[in-house]
Amino acid sequence: MKFRWVLAAGLAAAAIATSVLAQSEPIATRMALMKGNNDNARNVSQMIRGQQPFDPAKVDAAFAQWAETAQKLPAQFPPDSKTGQKSRAAPAIWDNKQDFDAKAAAFGKAVAENRAKARNSLDDLKLAFAPVNDACDNCHKDYRLSQR
Amino acid sequence: MPETVPARALAARTPDLGNGRTMFLAGGCSSCHMTPKQNDATRLGGGLRLHTAFGEFYAPNISPDTKDGIGAWREADFVTAMTKGVAPDGSHLYPAFPYPSYARMRTEDVRDLFAYLKTLPPVEGRAPPHALKFPFNIRRAVGVWKLLFFDDRPFVPDPKRSAEWNRGAYLVNAPGHCAECHSPRNLLGAVVVRRRFDGGPSPTDQGGVPSIRQDKLGAWTVEDFVATLTTGDTPDSDRVGGPMVDVVRNTAQLSDADRHAMAVYIKSLPPPK
Repeated sequence: MKFRWVLAAGLAAAAIATSVLAQSEPIATRMALMKGNNDNARNVSQMIRGQQPFDPAKVDAAFAQWAETAQKLPAQFPPDSKTGQKSRAAPAIWDNKQDFDAKAAAFGKAVAENRAKARNSLDDLKLAFAPVNDACDNCHKDYRLSQR
Repeated sequence: MPETVPARALAARTPDLGNGRTMFLAGGCSSCHMTPKQNDATRLGGGLRLHTAFGEFYAPNISPDTKDGIGAWREADFVTAMTKGVAPDGSHLYPAFPYPSYARMRTEDVRDLFAYLKTLPPVEGRAPPHALKFPFNIRRAVGVWKLLFFDDRPFVPDPKRSAEWNRGAYLVNAPGHCAECHSPRNLLGAVVVRRRFDGGPSPTDQGGVPSIRQDKLGAWTVEDFVATLTTGDTPDSDRVGGPMVDVVRNTAQLSDADRHAMAVYIKSLPPPK
């Protein structure tokens, strides 16, 4: 009898742990993807503003990471991941998931179309980064909460 | 009677369209008035919904369209709207249109802005009417609100501060109207003066608007503020979101000198008393 109780408690604990994991994992994943995006965007915009030397390898690595984000991002917003871990994802994402996914795809397209050009020269990087940066902003404008 | 600026108070002059564009960018007109769901900031067809404790406001069409926009307005009508909060038909404007900030602008800057707006494409169509709760739907009551809260004195430079600080203070407080979102409001919707820049409610339901005073942003350098106004990147390895995206899209186009001046002023904002 006692064994049964322990087993039941153990199963319950495991179920709770899984359900917590189920929602915390995509939040942690998408936050890490966004942090990587921003660290790379900061490097690139510092190159553009002359605060870092132009480094084609670093530029290409940035575009590679952004491409990865664009591909992985849409799957990181399951319905049970709306809040937690100070997530700044706006509830509007789940109201307009199709539009949100379309904006992620537009970001991926901007990255793919400009990657080769970006590593040519600083002048090309300026032209190549603008549409990528715009794609970031287009999504953040509607689907990101403010800091508080 | 609502106070107006008569045409005879505006002596003839040649507008400076470059300065008008600077005022357009610093003033963030497009953030509320540009046609939603598209990215051309010169198409000012209006229609954006602002969600507030008083009801829903819809930004009107301010494109030069003569039927639906402000194409038929005289210059004095525009100066009156911007600095007195009064429409051409003599009715009071709701302060969701941030004229308590614009009233601090120099008249020449308002006139240049009007000339610049006239160069933009006319856009047809009108925004829905505001949907406000009683008693805020009584427009005449805005006159009483003005008696209580509206200070229409223009910006006065502080001679003890540098020219750059004063330029920043002007851009932030007059056209920039930063405090309109970055401050709490009282029960009647007026910015709480002693808590200016202390953070406020989100007009687009996207969380709160953060404080930009030094008790919260003391770790930010002047260069950090410049970088945020240029690229949207914040020093905590983050990036602005919500309506601040459009603000940065505008400030990114200001001169380096103007962005730096704004940063110097914001860096000087003291913690709340």
